[in-house]
Amino acid sequence: MELLKIENVTKRYSGHTALSDVSLSVPRGSIYGLLGPNGAGKTTLIRVINRMTLPDGGRVIFDGHEITDQDIYQIGYLPEERGLYKKMKVGEQAIFFARLKGLSRREAIVRLKEWFVRLGIESWWNRKVEDLSKGMAQKVQFITTVLHEPKLLIFDEPFSGFDPINANILKQEILRLRDQGATVIFSTHNMSSVEEICDHITLINKSRNILSGSVDEVRMRFGENVFEVMYGGEVSTFESAMSPLADMLSTTEVADTPYHCTRLKLKSPSVRESIAVANEAVELRSFREVIPSMNDIFIRAVEGSL
Amino acid sequence: MNKIGIIIAREFNERVRKKSFIITTILMPLLMLGLMAAPTLMMVFAKGEQKTLLVIDESGVVAPELEGNDEVVFELFSGTLDEARQNEEVFGTLWIGKDVVEKPSSVRLYTNSSSSMSLEESIAAQIEDVVEAKRLEMYDIEGLKDIMDNLQASVSMTTYRNDLAAEGEAEEATSSVVAYLLGLVLGMMLYMFLIIYGSMVMTSVIEEKGSRVLDVLVSSVSPFQLMMGKILGVASVAVTQIAIWGVLICGLGATVLPALVPADVMQAVEAVEAGQMTALDAELDADMLSALSVATDVGGLVMMFVWLLLFLLGGFLFYSAMFAAVGSAVDSIQDANQLQTPITMPIILALILAMSVFNDPNSSLAFWGSIIPFTSPIVMMARIPFGIPTWEIVLSLVLLYASVVAMAWAAGKIYRVGIFMHGKKPSFKELLSWIKQ
Repeated sequence: MELLKIENVTKRYSGHTALSDVSLSVPRGSIYGLLGPNGAGKTTLIRVINRMTLPDGGRVIFDGHEITDQDIYQIGYLPEERGLYKKMKVGEQAIFFARLKGLSRREAIVRLKEWFVRLGIESWWNRKVEDLSKGMAQKVQFITTVLHEPKLLIFDEPFSGFDPINANILKQEILRLRDQGATVIFSTHNMSSVEEICDHITLINKSRNILSGSVDEVRMRFGENVFEVMYGGEVSTFESAMSPLADMLSTTEVADTPYHCTRLKLKSPSVRESIAVANEAVELRSFREVIPSMNDIFIRAVEGSL
Repeated sequence: MNKIGIIIAREFNERVRKKSFIITTILMPLLMLGLMAAPTLMMVFAKGEQKTLLVIDESGVVAPELEGNDEVVFELFSGTLDEARQNEEVFGTLWIGKDVVEKPSSVRLYTNSSSSMSLEESIAAQIEDVVEAKRLEMYDIEGLKDIMDNLQASVSMTTYRNDLAAEGEAEEATSSVVAYLLGLVLGMMLYMFLIIYGSMVMTSVIEEKGSRVLDVLVSSVSPFQLMMGKILGVASVAVTQIAIWGVLICGLGATVLPALVPADVMQAVEAVEAGQMTALDAELDADMLSALSVATDVGGLVMMFVWLLLFLLGGFLFYSAMFAAVGSAVDSIQDANQLQTPITMPIILALILAMSVFNDPNSSLAFWGSIIPFTSPIVMMARIPFGIPTWEIVLSLVLLYASVVAMAWAAGKIYRVGIFMHGKKPSFKELLSWIKQ
């Protein structure tokens, strides 16, 4: 069952439409990638979910009912542009945000201490935010986002500004929260991180939902019958045998081995026949489909919908 | 409601803990006391050391009448003028000619260094008095001196309010001068608070918008709650500051002042207050008596502070809602300058109106200025010390607080849209269209 369901949401600002008829559903316990080029409407969609702005049309269903102001206690939001009060001390500031999310002061302190120890920042409690580096401030902000243990977490570009080590720590924390039952919406341009951690995606372009589905499904759907074949023997023999069935794309030598590697695009979907032909012609080592990366899919989907 | 409380608490704590707040809160009353004491202090420090003047009086009538003071002492010299002028240990020599009564120009002052104007004036005045007295004597009229003394008069007027007496309040002596000063101070104070604390709200909204804290905040609270929390938070700081000043000033008025002022003057003040005596009987200056009686009347001071707090709060809520709306619509303080002009203009206008109040506190200009919410807080505060009917104050307050609600509503509309607008600075037209949305 889905935790969040967006039904035909439309949002217009004077002059332009930020969201037109967007629908999607976020399965419970999944990490859901919200993709799209700049200005596509991702941030507006997130604001609608957060009830920061109200949609002009459509509904947002949260946890089985139409979303209300009370539900924002169940949502944690990490905006793309991080914002903390510069002059305030880290600990006090974290308590302030936690109390706004409905935690008592005492409860907030207990949980914060735990998180500060986990991320190794307990010594920053009494430091002012302006004394922290960008990455440090990001960690603090991450904690304030997840502290009230919301059912739904929304991260907008969570890894920007982090070094690889800290980005990895953060990724592990996000996966851990997912395993504990949280549902995560993950807005990003970083496609490799989408492949790594997202289960489902929605691609928004020009205010519309142009692509939705599980990551594997989407990648298969965008597969173009391109295969990579590794074999021993003559390249010319292979190519002449395969040419009735496929277009050759490129051939490379596999370093330090006697094998060649050819990329080809099958003319028909019958993979079995192609493998049989190749097996006759040369000494076949591997025959595998080249699945497009999310990056390719992103570019193709966005450009195709222009 | 609880969330607004959390935001108010944060605003209050952050601001009250600032060094600048603590310093201004404590130093301001001291500074005001210092300003009041400044003339006295200046006189004390301006005084040089006592100068000695040798006096050669050939007429013999002036020298016995000369009286030394803090500035100068006179010493009769029996030698010649040349001998006296050679004495470099004294400040100088005053030579008075034989025919000084008939010919007042035959007075000369020889000094070893530069003399001062006040010194020369005081010597000349003393000699003038002697010469005048001698000339009067020549008319040989009996009892002339007494007649002359009796002629000297200094008018000291005490003003009573018939209308207040009719209302059953104590018939008190009022002084326009004291009311003027009090009204000036109160009007100026309100003006400063509205401008300073109002732009504090605006700056802080712009900062929150710029640092994107707003995005985090509005995912937890509604924009209207956020705006009201900020305004009320800053208001609580302003009220705290005024309250501390109030307590300090009332405390000084009640304890320190009676101790400083001589006991007989205080008795006179009390007698006048109790209606047993008039200022004329007490042979004291009516304005000074009135000022002292205002300064030591704790009940009156407390009432004044209650009005001040009510108008300060109302005026602040009214204007800071507008300041918050402007702050939400722009990205930087530079951009805010143009948009905040329509807010600061009425405040400045109110101060100008308040100045005209002092000429006639009951003119229709003063009346309407103190009733219409845009100018009412400042103008009314300037009028209150003159003693105006309570219904006018209450009407003004009711109108003010009613328009606070309307203003907060309109500002909330602008704020809700403004905080998400980045980039282009909106025009007034756009701000108005946001209200209608």
